[in-house]
Amino acid sequence: MESETIQNGTPVKLTAKDFASDQDVRWCPGCGDYSILAQVQRVMPSFGIPKEKTVFVAGIGCSSRFPYYMNTYGFHGIHGRAAVIASGLKMARTDLDVWVATGDGDLLSIGGNHFIHILRRNINTVIMLFNNRIYGLTKGQYSPTSEHGKITKSSPLGTVDNPFNPLTLALGAGGSFVARTMDRDPKHMQDIVAKAHNHKGTSFIEIFQNCNIYNDGAFLPYTEKDTKPDNTVLLEHGKPLIFGSKKDKGIKLVGFRPVVVSLEDGKHTVDDLIVHDQTSKELAMILAQFSEMEDFPVPLGVLYEVERPCFEDEMEEQISNSIKKNGAGDLEKLLFSGTTWEVK
Amino acid sequence: MEKTVEVLKSAIIRFAGDSGDGMQIAGSRFTETSAFFGNDLSTFPDFPAEIRAPAGTLFGVSGFQIQISSQDIYSPGDEPDVLVAMNPAALKVNLKDLKSHGTIIANEDAFSEKNLQLAGYESNPLEDGSLAGYKLLKVPITKATNNAVAELGLNAKDANRCKNFYALGLTYWLYDRPLEITESWLHSKFTGRPEIAEGNVKALRAGYYFGETAEIFTTRYKVAPAKLPKGIYRNVTGNHATALGILSASIKSGLPLFLGSYPITPASDILHELSGYKNFGVKTFQAEDEIAAICAAIGASFGGSLAFTTTSGPGMALKQEAVGLAVILELPLVICNVQRGGPSTGLPTKTEQADLLQVVSGRNGECPLPVLAAATAADCFNMVYEAARIAVKYMTPVVLLTDGYLANGAEPWNIPHVKDLPDIKVKFTTEKEGFFPYSRDENLARPWVKPGTPGLEHRIGGLEKQHITGNVSYDTQNHEFMVKMRDQKVQNIANDIPLLEVDGDPEGELLIIGWGSTYGSITAAKERLKAKGHKVSRIHLRYLNPFPKNLGEIIKKFKKVLIPELNLGQLRKLIRAEFLVDAIGLDKVQGLPFKASEIERKVLELLNK
Repeated sequence: MESETIQNGTPVKLTAKDFASDQDVRWCPGCGDYSILAQVQRVMPSFGIPKEKTVFVAGIGCSSRFPYYMNTYGFHGIHGRAAVIASGLKMARTDLDVWVATGDGDLLSIGGNHFIHILRRNINTVIMLFNNRIYGLTKGQYSPTSEHGKITKSSPLGTVDNPFNPLTLALGAGGSFVARTMDRDPKHMQDIVAKAHNHKGTSFIEIFQNCNIYNDGAFLPYTEKDTKPDNTVLLEHGKPLIFGSKKDKGIKLVGFRPVVVSLEDGKHTVDDLIVHDQTSKELAMILAQFSEMEDFPVPLGVLYEVERPCFEDEMEEQISNSIKKNGAGDLEKLLFSGTTWEVK
Repeated sequence: MEKTVEVLKSAIIRFAGDSGDGMQIAGSRFTETSAFFGNDLSTFPDFPAEIRAPAGTLFGVSGFQIQISSQDIYSPGDEPDVLVAMNPAALKVNLKDLKSHGTIIANEDAFSEKNLQLAGYESNPLEDGSLAGYKLLKVPITKATNNAVAELGLNAKDANRCKNFYALGLTYWLYDRPLEITESWLHSKFTGRPEIAEGNVKALRAGYYFGETAEIFTTRYKVAPAKLPKGIYRNVTGNHATALGILSASIKSGLPLFLGSYPITPASDILHELSGYKNFGVKTFQAEDEIAAICAAIGASFGGSLAFTTTSGPGMALKQEAVGLAVILELPLVICNVQRGGPSTGLPTKTEQADLLQVVSGRNGECPLPVLAAATAADCFNMVYEAARIAVKYMTPVVLLTDGYLANGAEPWNIPHVKDLPDIKVKFTTEKEGFFPYSRDENLARPWVKPGTPGLEHRIGGLEKQHITGNVSYDTQNHEFMVKMRDQKVQNIANDIPLLEVDGDPEGELLIIGWGSTYGSITAAKERLKAKGHKVSRIHLRYLNPFPKNLGEIIKKFKKVLIPELNLGQLRKLIRAEFLVDAIGLDKVQGLPFKASEIERKVLELLNK
């Protein structure tokens, strides 16, 4: 994945290495974060954007150390606030390429408010949610995506919290690009990250990320060779929803309800199945809920993508329209405006 | 009939009525006209937190006090000479403040049985002789207003709403003010509804003519223009001045302006004002909450904008973690805290100075930042500008304290010319050679680098920084070094701010130390004491962290130190701790500014001891 980038006025070929900072990566050995870092570094050169024009913003948590490891501009903020720090930066500097690295506690718990508001504003950024369904940096408490009943340090008898589904939350808040990928599928992740980056607006990616210390194996059914085909469905725009190790299962709609059908019992063919349409928010909402439905595969890929105006562009448009209409502001005139009088 | 004319040096008028009666409008129109007329003036709007509290109730009373003068004045005054009471509740709430033998102009039409009951009157005070100690002028304001606008065919509600202008017209006659400024304001305000403008103009004139013809009005007052310093003036409230100061700092520094804010009383007007300056390239962001407002501003500051956030006490509390982030990031940011009565939601529309300790030390860790406070409404312009200058020069967040009294109160402002404003110099680092994110210049400020600058890619964050490199460091010695470095940087600002000037003798029996919005009341008290032959000196602090360098020296030269504050002694605590002086407090937490008489009384008590 290499393309030419104009750096200091001359075209250069950047590589993944150019995006690695000089800091030692300090995640636990075996952490899923390493893969995310590697895929992002690998895909960055393909965008043709100079390093200095790129900013990674993070909150607090294991995931949020991400900016330190990228040789771009970086901002390690405070807990929960990455989305809005990134919003302020992007509003002030529409020329920058702004990314957010965040976790399930950071984005969905303490930062939940900023998450829904960046989505409705559609500020042109990429939000990568490292979802490991646990608090890692504080050593193992349940998170807003931990499954109900989960036993953790702070829930010895199991949680009585119902988890968030990040995808339905993002769709509900008006997300214009909603996708899911996982740490164990580098190719898929690179593809999704690239698509997210190419989308104009807030691009939200939920990444299944294994915490091998506090929540090891949380996503095993979706990531392992032998279980993955039956437990996941790969979404591709215009393609029917087929899954299973022998591509023998599909999903069709009966009224508003999705139903898993066999393609081998002679009762159904591919023509009966849902054909993925990533421009349909209605369908995206249905797909997003598979994760909570028994016997349904979890969807991976782009659930939804729509083009709509970005906050920061409309903000600048109002300014330029106002200048066109009223002329550029004259401070001296403004200070001396209103009812004035002279004392001689 | 023949009317007598009395010449006064100053006069205090208070308009009072239901919160829907338009008293704030009447007050601000009187203010504009008086300013144009050339009086010095000072205003004090005082209104309930409810937008339209139930009509006729005591808690729904809204008031606007103005002092006009032919001399320099410093406050809206202690006791009104004239009270305009639009209903019984307004009379009941405000009568206690009225000067003995003062004038009451009462809307007698509103003194119905129901309204009297709502106000808790057992009999009608306009009839029962209980107001014998005052000059009572009963005026049928409601009826007269309705008659005045009858020919326009307004509906009953719109007709009735003109009565504040009738009352205003009457006071214009009483104080010999022209009507034209208000009339032209009405025409421009209601361009889309000319019949409303016309109705209010008719009511205004009817009120004026009533004063001219009614026999109960025997005396008119003249308050001549004041001899203010030369210049072009306009009226300005504290919030308006703050907004203009923010904009001016952006333009003089050449930095794009970013304001992150969340609506909160009494700070919202700054956001409103700046939102209207789009053709200056101003970016205002109404965030989802207080935390988002400051975090977005910090993001914008990282991007190279001159960033501000505006709020009041409860919002300040929410922002504090992010303020700490700005302190460790060493990014410029100005936080304007328009203080109001606390704790918690407290008294949203009332004034207080009880956030001083919150902003000086209300954050986790050793987290110093410069704290400034404006002394008057117009001074908000100077101080927010100064806050911006310090923020970019020292790469630090700065807090500016104003309060509800300054925010809504107005005074004449000698408008500065843009060319005369101090320069705000900013230099972004672009040189790769020798660049380190946490290297320091002669002011101990670190470099400000705009993302987009090639070769200077770096990462900053809330974790402790290694000196110079800015890399994350958990080294204990380095941490102590950096804590002291950040503190020293702020302390050094004392070298860059004006020394205090003592108003009065440089040594003596008693020194009054004030800060923020008590400036006017303290000045008025001091003038009175001086007139009575008492020797009192005073200083006024606009810089609360660090203090001006000569503060300790000045304090030492006085036997007693009095610190009047609208809190329970927060500056007193700081002064005692810093200078080991047994400062005496005069504390007031009633949601109201000091009366000059309250300070005067305390000083006399101390001098007689």
